[in-house]
Amino acid sequence: MTFLRHVFAIVAKDLAAELHTKELVSAMLVFAVLATLIFSFALDLRGALAQAAAPGALWVTIAFAGTLGLSRSLAREELTGGMEGLLLAPLDRSAIFCGKLLGNLLFMILVELLLLPLFTVLFEVWLLRGSILLITALGTAGYAASGTLLAAIAVNTRAREVMLPILLLPLAVPVLIAAVQATGALMEGAALAEVGVWLRLLVVYDLVMLAVALLTFGYVVEE
Amino acid sequence: MQHKTDLPGLILALTSLVAILTALGLVFLYAPREATMGEVQRIFYFHVASAWVGFFGFFVTFVAGIAYLATSARRWDILALSSVEVGLTFITMTVLTGMLWARPVWGAYWTWEPRLTISAIQLLLYIAYVMLRRSVDTPARAARFASVYGIVAFVTVPLSWFAIRWWRTIHPDLFSAGGGMALTSRMVQTLLASLAAFTLLYATLLRQRIRLEQLADRLAWGREL
Repeated sequence: MTFLRHVFAIVAKDLAAELHTKELVSAMLVFAVLATLIFSFALDLRGALAQAAAPGALWVTIAFAGTLGLSRSLAREELTGGMEGLLLAPLDRSAIFCGKLLGNLLFMILVELLLLPLFTVLFEVWLLRGSILLITALGTAGYAASGTLLAAIAVNTRAREVMLPILLLPLAVPVLIAAVQATGALMEGAALAEVGVWLRLLVVYDLVMLAVALLTFGYVVEE
Repeated sequence: MQHKTDLPGLILALTSLVAILTALGLVFLYAPREATMGEVQRIFYFHVASAWVGFFGFFVTFVAGIAYLATSARRWDILALSSVEVGLTFITMTVLTGMLWARPVWGAYWTWEPRLTISAIQLLLYIAYVMLRRSVDTPARAARFASVYGIVAFVTVPLSWFAIRWWRTIHPDLFSAGGGMALTSRMVQTLLASLAAFTLLYATLLRQRIRLEQLADRLAWGREL
């Protein structure tokens, strides 16, 4: 129970900071809208092409906007000495990781909840289904789990923000393939059972990443 | 200080030289000409062997990463780092030979064939690992970060592999239909010889790279005095 209390305390801290500055969500959201517009111009997304390209465009947007938010979230901790404070506090290292992960996940999902209707309107594809929301949540969870771990590494490198996408994107291949394929099929009216293979892959990825991240996070933040 | 000859290293190097020459001989003189693809199929022996070593190098880094996190012993970090650099060479060779082979057989340098695609992703993971190491200033921290990254990267490779395979089965790949071939026993023997030769070459290069890093450590230590 104390573990959960610690996790929620960190999430509450991140929420309070975000309510105050609004920098994470606003940066991710503005970037996501810009990326959506650029996809639309660059690929001339109308009609059938929009239908075919929308899942890919959606997940590329989520992935890139996600790296912005993830690296900012961890960079904020480093710059303000927040991470030092968390490490000094009598907390389990895994509680710190879970807290940061939940906070990041929350912000990413918030952005996605605004992004999905935007895609629905701009590309005339129906993305507001329960099953697509489930896939989005699972895909985002895996992405945020590996992303939070790697962002904690990236903020301590010389290249900082530049490093995160280079480290994260090759690891996110399973998430991106599974999420794009599942989103595409569900968008065309498939039932959730028909994308079972992708659903399972996402769940396995989430669990594997969470396990590995919990085991290794302590070594990353160690001084 | 007197310069010592690394006798086991020398023996290893000579063994792999003999093995590579033998494998070359088998590939070009012993293995039969493949019926549909012709001479170009001989690249297969180098392609598969380098892919194996590329993957194996990654596995060694994964294990060395775990060992480093458990012990903080510099020798495990040296092993992990050396294996990545040697593995990077081999996986680059895999992607290049794959492209050279794909062109005459499938008609394009690049097809999203699952095995070729996973090699390309491994190549990117290797590059990310090397870049990560270069951009951390404190050696102990670089070693910890690299160990963690090596572990995380390695566990995603099988997941990527399944993702790519399922993705390609759902959208049938027109090109791979012509790529299948039946292996005769001579081909299998040649392949095994080639695998052994490349593995020995990996061991030789790994040993030299480890030695280089140890010498660099000693030099750095000497300068500090």
